[in-house]
Amino acid sequence: MPVSLLWAVDVHGRVYSLSSAGQQWELGRDAPMEFKRVTAAQQCCWSLGCDSSIYLNVFASDLPVRYKVETYENQRWNPVDGFSERLLPSDRWQWSDVTGLQHQPLHSFQLPSSSWEWEGDWYVDENFEGEPTEKEGWTYSIDFPSTYTKDKKWNSCVRRRRWIRYRRYKAMDTWAKIPSQPMSLPDPFSDISCGGWEISEEPGGRLSLWVVSLQGKVWFREGICHHNPEGSSWEEVPLPGEVVQISCGPGDLVWAVLWEGKLIVREGITRDCPRGLSWAVVECPSPEVGAIHVSVGNGVVWAVTKDNKVWFRRGVNSHNPCGSGWISMVGEMIMISVGLHDQVWAIGCEDRAVYFRQGVTSSELSGKTWRAISAPRDGERPHSSASSQQSAGRFFSGEVQAQSVVSDADSDVEKGSADGAIFTTPEPSLGSPTEPPSNPAVDAPKARIPKVTSDSFISELVSDRDQGKPSKDVLSVTPAVLEEEVIPADGEEILLCAGEALLSTESRGGPQWSNVDLEEAQTGAVLDLAETCSLSSVTTFTLTVEDGAEEHPMWAWVSGEGCSVDSSSQLNWFSSSANTTSVTQSVQSMSLSISPAQTAAWRRQIFEQLSERSRREMDDFKHYEQAIEQSVWVKKGAMQWWRDWKPHKWIDVQFAFEQFSGPDGNKDGILFIYYNYNEEKKYLHAFINEVTILVPVLNDSKHTFAIYTDERTKQRWPIRVAAATELEMYDWLALLSVSCCESRGIQGPPSKQAIWSITCKGDIFVSEPSPALEAVPYPTPCDQMFWRQVGGHLRMVECNSAGIVWGIGYDHTAWVYTGGYGGGFFQGLASSTDNIYTQTDVKSVYIYENQRWNPVSGYTSRGLPTDRYMWSNASGLRECTKTGTRPPSPHWTWISDWAVDYSVSGSTDREGWQYAADFPASFHGYKTMKDFVRRRRWARKCKLTTTGPWQEIPPIPLIDVTVLPCGAQSSVDTFPLWAISSKGDVLCRLGVSAQTPAGSSWLHVGTDQPFKSISIGAAGQVWAIARDGSAFHRGSVSPQNPAGDCWYHIPSPAKQKLKQVSVGRTSICAVDENGNLWYRQGVTPSYPQGSSWDHVSNNVRKVSMGPLDQIWIIADKVQGSQSLSCGTVCHRLGVQPIEPKGQQWDYGIGGGWDHITVRGNAMEPPRIGLLSQKDTAPPTSSSPLPVGIAEPNGTAVYS
Amino acid sequence: MADDKDVLRDVWFGRIPTCFTLNPDEVTEREAEPYYLLLPRVSYLPLVTDKVKKHFLKVMRTEDVEEMWFEHEGTPLKWHYPIGVLFDFHASNTVLPWSITVHFKNFPDVDLLHCPTNSMVEAHFMSSIKEADALKHKSQVVNDMQKKDHKQLWMGLQNDKFDQFWAMNRKLMEYPTEEGGFRYIPFRIYQTTNDRPFIQRLFRPVSTEGNPHTLFDLLKEMCPDALTKDGEENRFQVVIHGIEPLLETPLQWLSEHLSHPDNFLHICIIPAPTD
Repeated sequence: MPVSLLWAVDVHGRVYSLSSAGQQWELGRDAPMEFKRVTAAQQCCWSLGCDSSIYLNVFASDLPVRYKVETYENQRWNPVDGFSERLLPSDRWQWSDVTGLQHQPLHSFQLPSSSWEWEGDWYVDENFEGEPTEKEGWTYSIDFPSTYTKDKKWNSCVRRRRWIRYRRYKAMDTWAKIPSQPMSLPDPFSDISCGGWEISEEPGGRLSLWVVSLQGKVWFREGICHHNPEGSSWEEVPLPGEVVQISCGPGDLVWAVLWEGKLIVREGITRDCPRGLSWAVVECPSPEVGAIHVSVGNGVVWAVTKDNKVWFRRGVNSHNPCGSGWISMVGEMIMISVGLHDQVWAIGCEDRAVYFRQGVTSSELSGKTWRAISAPRDGERPHSSASSQQSAGRFFSGEVQAQSVVSDADSDVEKGSADGAIFTTPEPSLGSPTEPPSNPAVDAPKARIPKVTSDSFISELVSDRDQGKPSKDVLSVTPAVLEEEVIPADGEEILLCAGEALLSTESRGGPQWSNVDLEEAQTGAVLDLAETCSLSSVTTFTLTVEDGAEEHPMWAWVSGEGCSVDSSSQLNWFSSSANTTSVTQSVQSMSLSISPAQTAAWRRQIFEQLSERSRREMDDFKHYEQAIEQSVWVKKGAMQWWRDWKPHKWIDVQFAFEQFSGPDGNKDGILFIYYNYNEEKKYLHAFINEVTILVPVLNDSKHTFAIYTDERTKQRWPIRVAAATELEMYDWLALLSVSCCESRGIQGPPSKQAIWSITCKGDIFVSEPSPALEAVPYPTPCDQMFWRQVGGHLRMVECNSAGIVWGIGYDHTAWVYTGGYGGGFFQGLASSTDNIYTQTDVKSVYIYENQRWNPVSGYTSRGLPTDRYMWSNASGLRECTKTGTRPPSPHWTWISDWAVDYSVSGSTDREGWQYAADFPASFHGYKTMKDFVRRRRWARKCKLTTTGPWQEIPPIPLIDVTVLPCGAQSSVDTFPLWAISSKGDVLCRLGVSAQTPAGSSWLHVGTDQPFKSISIGAAGQVWAIARDGSAFHRGSVSPQNPAGDCWYHIPSPAKQKLKQVSVGRTSICAVDENGNLWYRQGVTPSYPQGSSWDHVSNNVRKVSMGPLDQIWIIADKVQGSQSLSCGTVCHRLGVQPIEPKGQQWDYGIGGGWDHITVRGNAMEPPRIGLLSQKDTAPPTSSSPLPVGIAEPNGTAVYS
Repeated sequence: MADDKDVLRDVWFGRIPTCFTLNPDEVTEREAEPYYLLLPRVSYLPLVTDKVKKHFLKVMRTEDVEEMWFEHEGTPLKWHYPIGVLFDFHASNTVLPWSITVHFKNFPDVDLLHCPTNSMVEAHFMSSIKEADALKHKSQVVNDMQKKDHKQLWMGLQNDKFDQFWAMNRKLMEYPTEEGGFRYIPFRIYQTTNDRPFIQRLFRPVSTEGNPHTLFDLLKEMCPDALTKDGEENRFQVVIHGIEPLLETPLQWLSEHLSHPDNFLHICIIPAPTD
């Protein structure tokens, strides 16, 4: 999860932020004044200043916020002046918008506010619908308005050209005041809340901002989006009463608190109407004390009543924004903030500390306990001095008195929790109100011997320690928390209270253990004791109050709306361990571990001693006999097999795997499938060392995997087997994968030369290229390549021969390869222990709602008998209902509800419908007289969580990435890496090296239109494809000028729109939207743009050019023994300097492959026979260059 | 830097060179040659001494043969302790090969359990695994396993199949990441100074503050005498699998990586050698 910020305001109006990866509150130093409230999104933070105006802080990003303004210059021809600005009276303005209706001279464009600046001056656009125009950029026509062409004809009477200018938002990372509009608002603001970014699919930036004025009116900020972060205007929202506070969730929930304590809920919030339509009133939790504060998330509502009690609203979702009932929660708070993933923060009523709700998960939205965030503040020492303790103690003495009265009065542990120390008790599950624990506890310091029985033990423990240990250590600012664990339901063993002090435990020689007798444990109860060292803070409550109060941060407001954490996040907020030096901090596990621990002294010691031990005990005794002889190991199981003969169906088989040591010491094995054929027992077998790939094919009905050998790859017909359970399938897969690797002597992480590929399921495979893979004329056949799986889930991956590997997920998240291997289902031994991280991906599942028009009732879901299903997939052949459609495999879980998808190609009407004359036909986004059917697409998001050797590179989502391919003996240390953001911006990554493959930051490269594909060649040639299908070449890219200087427009092949490009050492290939593969002819160092596109092949989906100019593709329609195979890895044979386009295709693994990259394989093949016998050594840097295509100048630098 | 799983291999493939000699009191037909063998540290004596038995039976008459047992320098060796533990505890500072005397008479019923067949070893081994899992996961993992999975663990040990054993054993080593470790660490501490065979008590891998417990923490709690006080000579060695891990080693890591196949962390505290 990327790092994000929790924002808070203290009672003095200072704004602090706490990073989800950080340990201390950072003061926002450049704040122009004190703030009252803040509300944060992930990309910005809004605040309400003490002057009651609104401030906006847009976080700096590598992607600038820029906006293109354009206007058209129009001219008409007359016989005297030729083309001139003298137009006919009936004509449009000389300067106008694209329609000609709006008068728009250049000087009429003003910056919207002082937070903006112009990026440059106006210039003429010389790109007309993907084609370059003449120098001046004019397009010609007979008359206005009409269609324009870039060529001047005899009848061209008018012409126009487009002027472009960019403005850029400059007030990044500072608080910029939102200018008050001319019709200035009647009264000052008193509350502010932003959210709503999830109600439309629009890429990040759209926000709903709601504010409340002192008079109780509510205003909505119109027009906030990515390129207009400030929004445009305030719109008043009519109200049923006077509002005191409002909260807007990330989705479509908006709740507000009325002055009299009732709550109102906004209804009718949709994509088209983010402001909503009406209010509904919800009674407050307790009628006698009204609500004072409310906070909403995605599917939760938390409220605080005037007596500071906390309430949780049950059953809230976007269909039922009002929810169904209130549940009382533990704790007394003054305000609550619900953040991303429905996580909850609050400010305590008594101590004004910020609390985080622990244990909030999607299945348990109300969480488990409150835990105080005890991070020190910026510039503050984590420990107080004695004098400040005393003064703070005096300051708070009045409160201490009052507190003890309260706790005497009702002996309530909850009450006693105030100030410094909190008891968190196990909360009953949802549905029953919390009963306060009834143990008279807090101040009963009599018994000295702890009894392992009940809550009273806590106090005894406390008092015991109190008397035994006078306070002598320096105390931390953190309040102590006593925490009780939940008693397990099975009653097998009862866990007891754990005295937990959130204290720093450094500066001690070693922990001092309490001497409570652990023999008690055998009676069935276990006592976990905290260290008593420096536990003196848990002395008596009076003392704790004094301690807790010393320079205790008093918070007034917290905002977690932009803070992306969840219950599994590792947070460092809870103990002031910032200066703890203990090596024992690291937490280890088999599958996940923390890198610094890898180098810990204790670990080194164990490694060294173990090898010393084997030297001592074994080296001299190798001639001794082994006690146990090696034998064959057999694993068997019942499986189903997709039988080879027709009719194909699943039949029950016995599946057996025999492993033995081969003659060369490598382990080998055989797979047997025993089946019955006409009552006769038969079997099928495969040698493990002949298996080329194992492919998991998990779908919602069967747990299957496919086993390929080179023969079966040729036939496109694998052995398909199905296990009874998912677990069994992964057990087999893990075992067989390890055996396959062992039999081939492959272990550890993929090499730098490795070829990476990705299937349509997002599974990642990697193959070690043999040296002869690119040999001419006898390369290693493609179907003999061995592929092994690497954990993780990606849509595409790119690499180079320096071992830099980047991937992009389905949700456009960028990932960098960490150097590990395994992850996913490769547990334990088949996986590296470090460098494996959690990886998540999100994608949408689409179904279609189809309707037919009839004269009586219009469009209905009653179709003709011949029609498709009224709920179907895209082709209409399969029925897909909302309830019946399941996530693609058990790994995916739904994370949203079905919603109409408006982002379909061909546009839609306001309700998402597309119309056509009949099924199947091409649909359009408006209704005509001839349209008798319509459809709309529904989308539902699902999420997958897995592990793999990948680390996220936040925050910019990407659609394409490329890294400089280099020779095997490259001396480059930083590698150019280019990418395209999901919005189409071109980005250049700085600081990418073999040591830091993630690089440091992005450099934005301006373009006039969004791009979709990019590739960089070995000499730094950058080629890219724009959304309109035309190609661009970036000029003057060099190590000194990594971003180059300008784009050269390259027309695409006639009538084709290009979609992807790949650049090798010198060759450039591109794929168009109709599946044609094109080779760029005539590229020379002096003319790097080349001259023309040459057709190479059709049925190509994707191309990857390597550093040897090798050409690999993903092809469709490859013939197999049974059927055509889609998504097949193919290798171009016969690619030579004199014949860079090659001769024919060699077919490799296929059937659902989506992506391949060969850009890491810079291994020159051994040259054979043809030249001379002496010349067998692999040629290195002196390899001959293609005739006529000498390497461009930059090569010397890069390779 | 080597990978953690290499530790598992090193532990599994630890071997002790051993010289078996027949007790001179046994009646033989001719002189018995000593027998040399590499014993797996993680296995049990009855599983690896078939060859020894065969070797010595060649020189003996059948009627003189009773149940075989082993002894090192006068101490009968308990077959139900892993071989590595026996070696570390009784013989770690002696000269290699480890010399073991083989007896076929006078079975010391007081000191040793009888072991008529290897199924006794299997029963003992499986009950140890179950006990360890009761501590680690409230028995949830081991109970979720099928009979054949149990068999796989046992067969893996019996046939010295690392992959076979660990394919199953890794499940016993899993734990929810948010808990930072097992419920309790299954360990046994063997001391020369103690009458009890070993110490085994409940001990959590993570302190209540959330800090990982170390080997030091465990020893401090269980046998503080074994720890070296300030300014004092090392009196004891803390030996696991023939090595002395640093006391700051996290206990959870030790349990995952240096446990014996029975899933217990066997810790020997032996007097430091005095030179």
